[in-house]
Amino acid sequence: MDTVPADGLLSASWLLIALPLAGAAVLLLGGRRTDRWGHLLGTATVAIAFVIALACAFSLDDRQVAVHLFTFIDTGSLEVDAGLLFDPLSAVFALLITGVGALIHVYSIGYMAHDPRRRRFFAYLNLFVAAMLLLVLGDNYVALYVGWEGVGLASYLLIAFWHERPAAATAAKKAFIMNRVGDVGLALAIFVMFAQLGTVTYEGVFGSVGLLAGGTVTAIGLLLLLGACGKSGQFPLQAWLPDAMEGPTPVSALIHAATMVTAGVYLIARSAPIYDLTETARTVVLVVGAVTLMIGAIAGCAYDDIKKVLAYSTVSQIGYMFLAVGLGPVGYAAAIAHLLTHGFFKAGLFLGAGSVMHAMDDQVDMRRFGGLARKLPITFVTFGLGYLALIGFPFLSGYWTKDAIIEAALDRGGVSGWVLGGVAVLGAGLTAFYMTRLMLMTFFGRARWAPSAPGRPAPHPHESPSVMTVPMVVLSVGSVAAGFLLVQVFPLDEWLAPVFGEPHEAEHVIAPAVVATVVTAVMVLGVLAAWLFVGRREVPVVAPERVSVVTRAARKALYADAINESLFMRPGQWLTRALVWVDNRGVDGAVNGLAAGLGGSSSRLGRAQTGFVRTYAMGMLGGAVLVAGALLAVTAG
Amino acid sequence: MSDFPFLLLMIAVPAVGAAVVAALPRGRDLLAKQISLGVSLVVLLLAVLATVAFDAGGDRFQLTSSVSWIEDFGVSFALGVDGIALVMLLLIGVLVPVVIGASWDDEPVGTRSMTVFFAWILLLEALMVGVFAATDVFLFYVFFEAMLVPMYFLIGSFGGPRRQYAAVKFFLYSLVGGLIMLAAVIGLYVVSANQGEGSFAFEVLNAIDIDPDVQKLLFLGFFVAFAIKAPLVPFHTWLPDAGAEAPVGGAVLLVGVLDKVGTFGFLRYCLPLFPDASRDFAPYVLALAVAGVLYAALLAMGQSDMKRLVSYTSVAHFGFIALGIFVFTTEAATGAVLYMVNHGLATGLLFLVVGMLIARGGSRRISDYGGVAAQAPVLAGVFLVAGLASLALPGTNSFVSEFLVLVGSYPSRPVFTIVATVGIILAALYVLLMYQRTMHGPARGLMGGHDLATPDGGEPAGPAGDTGGATATATVTAAPATARRVPDLSRREIAVASPLVALIIVLGVYPQPLIDLIEPAVAATISDVGGDPGGAEPQADTDAARTEAGN
Repeated sequence: MDTVPADGLLSASWLLIALPLAGAAVLLLGGRRTDRWGHLLGTATVAIAFVIALACAFSLDDRQVAVHLFTFIDTGSLEVDAGLLFDPLSAVFALLITGVGALIHVYSIGYMAHDPRRRRFFAYLNLFVAAMLLLVLGDNYVALYVGWEGVGLASYLLIAFWHERPAAATAAKKAFIMNRVGDVGLALAIFVMFAQLGTVTYEGVFGSVGLLAGGTVTAIGLLLLLGACGKSGQFPLQAWLPDAMEGPTPVSALIHAATMVTAGVYLIARSAPIYDLTETARTVVLVVGAVTLMIGAIAGCAYDDIKKVLAYSTVSQIGYMFLAVGLGPVGYAAAIAHLLTHGFFKAGLFLGAGSVMHAMDDQVDMRRFGGLARKLPITFVTFGLGYLALIGFPFLSGYWTKDAIIEAALDRGGVSGWVLGGVAVLGAGLTAFYMTRLMLMTFFGRARWAPSAPGRPAPHPHESPSVMTVPMVVLSVGSVAAGFLLVQVFPLDEWLAPVFGEPHEAEHVIAPAVVATVVTAVMVLGVLAAWLFVGRREVPVVAPERVSVVTRAARKALYADAINESLFMRPGQWLTRALVWVDNRGVDGAVNGLAAGLGGSSSRLGRAQTGFVRTYAMGMLGGAVLVAGALLAVTAG
Repeated sequence: MSDFPFLLLMIAVPAVGAAVVAALPRGRDLLAKQISLGVSLVVLLLAVLATVAFDAGGDRFQLTSSVSWIEDFGVSFALGVDGIALVMLLLIGVLVPVVIGASWDDEPVGTRSMTVFFAWILLLEALMVGVFAATDVFLFYVFFEAMLVPMYFLIGSFGGPRRQYAAVKFFLYSLVGGLIMLAAVIGLYVVSANQGEGSFAFEVLNAIDIDPDVQKLLFLGFFVAFAIKAPLVPFHTWLPDAGAEAPVGGAVLLVGVLDKVGTFGFLRYCLPLFPDASRDFAPYVLALAVAGVLYAALLAMGQSDMKRLVSYTSVAHFGFIALGIFVFTTEAATGAVLYMVNHGLATGLLFLVVGMLIARGGSRRISDYGGVAAQAPVLAGVFLVAGLASLALPGTNSFVSEFLVLVGSYPSRPVFTIVATVGIILAALYVLLMYQRTMHGPARGLMGGHDLATPDGGEPAGPAGDTGGATATATVTAAPATARRVPDLSRREIAVASPLVALIIVLGVYPQPLIDLIEPAVAATISDVGGDPGGAEPQADTDAARTEAGN
């Protein structure tokens, strides 16, 4: 479908980005003067952006609308515009980002109420929203890249928000660096596009990518995938995401669950015309998705830190989305649908976890929770609904959107269909296990509360204020209803048809009813297993030491950090040290030696400034004589 | 308006200013500073007016003036600027007042007088303008060598503990390079004399054809001098010493402007005058450039001294600039020139803010700092902006130039480009490592507080994970019970840093006006060297042609 110039309200869609950006600027430059109302301003910009996004989406009418702002870079044959593309896909993301974003801003008013740096927190959140909107609204890969690294910066600032804590500072740096590894892939993909196609706009690239050799398209696909893996915490770049939980919990909900980490899925879905041409790259996307969904699910079973369990759950769920986009045209809409419902229920779960921590003196160890259901009734109910939605309880959100992915995987047919489908079903069982374990350890059983630090009183759990619970309630409604709405009432695949093409009825290898039954049965097995291993017994307040090899590996997230450290970090440190030695002794030494040979002894070079000036004067004199001589020779000759 | 002698005034005003300041009696420091600042602001104004008078689509050299100097040898005091030189003059115009403001409260070393310091800065400004504005090769050489004198004294008289060693090393390297270039300058004259009337005028020399073998020799003569100045590995070892020992203001001008004479020289002299030799040597230069990107970045990570670290990052950045110049495409070379400006602003700011930190702690060692962000948030914020610009984050000016260099290099030199692109990971590492160690964590070292045994990345006592607002505050106020409060940036320091912060962001969002100034001059240079003049229509079937043209 052709893109048309923006008209009416849509030509003001740049306000979506400008508003939160202005909010961030006012809060950062305004200093303490804005302390009193900074959080309100920060929330208002995002809320207004949501209203604008809603109005824009309603006036879209199945079109793809372009908004030209200004020329960013124009030199040689490279032209990069600051231009926006508002189409059904970017509309869906704009709504998710501003909608969930506004709720989390509201929640943060309460969550960060006692933090002396609350204003700055809202400034960074606003910055994030602006960058994320640029990422999804840009009409070319460079604009996407600018937003892409912009959200990386916001993520860095927010993970390190409590930067006095070394763990937070280190986690932030790790996130940024691992993202940069992915960014190299994205950057190289852009270079290849420019070299081969002479353009970096979506329209230009998608229009001519078909003329390229297959190998080149595959290379572009794989490079984009590398970028996607970094941002979305997918194998092999998944290790930063759980560490990112060092950031304040609203950050984990907004950035590291609902929006930023799904940018990789957006990138691949947006680049569908490229992936449609390369079976190889799609297969790699599938494998990455399948591997990551298992890694996340396995690690999620072993952690005791409530936020880390949710983080590995995010890793795993994004694995499902990668699996879906890897399936090609049948999976794009399914991936986006799961992305949206996941945005609701995972954001809700994180906000619930924040509410629990709020009640428990900021502790995160689930072995020190227990019996919180009665103390925190609203949190329990909203969290419980999110839990049911995530594990795929029939007719809640996850049920609709996760099943669609599993079905699509099985429909692939052949061995790969069975393997991928099997992995996806097994992952559903593990999801049910680790989430049930989390529920049991947190809300049920005996209270195992203890002081957060020696000398502090034991926590007295209390429900959070309504400024925090209202967003949780809204998100839990989304967790319950979004899947049904997006699959049955307002089918998302039809809304996205202008981008991904008309949905067509798939030929099912296995009847959907059978799939749904099997998935539900596996889910119930997972719940039962958790009940058997966790719910029936007393939860030890200290994690047992004598555990199986599998548990030990799962507790270490399958040794991802250890591998990174021994493969990259330590060799890198050795290399750095060796090079510093070489540069000081070798390169510099050789030059110093040479200089000494010219000027006398090396010790004289070190101490004798006066001697040196003489040398220089001699040099100048020699030079002048040389010039004079040469010039005379030329004029004479 | 274009007959107005902008360039001559931009040299004369600071030169006269330097003489006036130097003639002031000792102890009139304040007056010296006021005069210096006023003079440097006049130069900035002249640079801006010159830009207004400059017609980007007009002649290659504009605002020209020429006075015969040594008639027998065809040397003239000829000035003129193309877009490349003009943006460098703008950079000088911006940086010198900033440097004067930043050095306002510096204490002299020993018995020296700060009036002398400001006199040297102004003289340096005059000579720097001269070196970029000269259109006569001999005049260029004179400015090139004369520029060393004020910098030598800035380092040697006002620098750190090892200032004499650093100054001597700086001078010796430059001397060697300068003498080799001098031989090449003479050679160039000889060649022109053999083909008609001997001349040093750039436009005359650019028009003559030089035998390829002679080109190689002359190219090498210029190249070595420039490769030392804008240090390419392995000619770089003087820079970390000079950058670390120089007073902060001197370091900003050294790395921000002075070293750019090298990359400017590649573009102005090596490529147009010796096109065949440039093409022949390009693969070797590119290898040095790309090796430097990685090598210097790794070295930067290994430094314990902040100023040495920043100096090494500059070596890595010069690698990117050289890459952009020697792939001979309009996009990459435009990026390289933009990089020269942007690096001056970004690294200038980084040096300044590091200097502000050192002024508070009295040490250049990274390990003497920790947790500064909690006590001086504005300083930390400026530090972060400078660091992000240094790692070329989108939204900062450096991104535009680094992106242009890489995207413009890839079509003709994919392998070199891929290797250089890996450098962006290393850039993130060296910036964020330094930032984390000095700004994050609990207050440490000279910043007061307990010298915690917890190494970076260690888990603090208490529960891992999210601590919520209340406890985080508790740690802030509890830990540095014995802490010395680090004062945040003063008004003067904010006034010094803000123009650079603003330019970094404005040029990161809207770089096109600068690109419009640069591109015609770059396109002329690229067409001199027979590269891709740019302007190819974006379509798929030109890709084969493109790749061939690049090879």
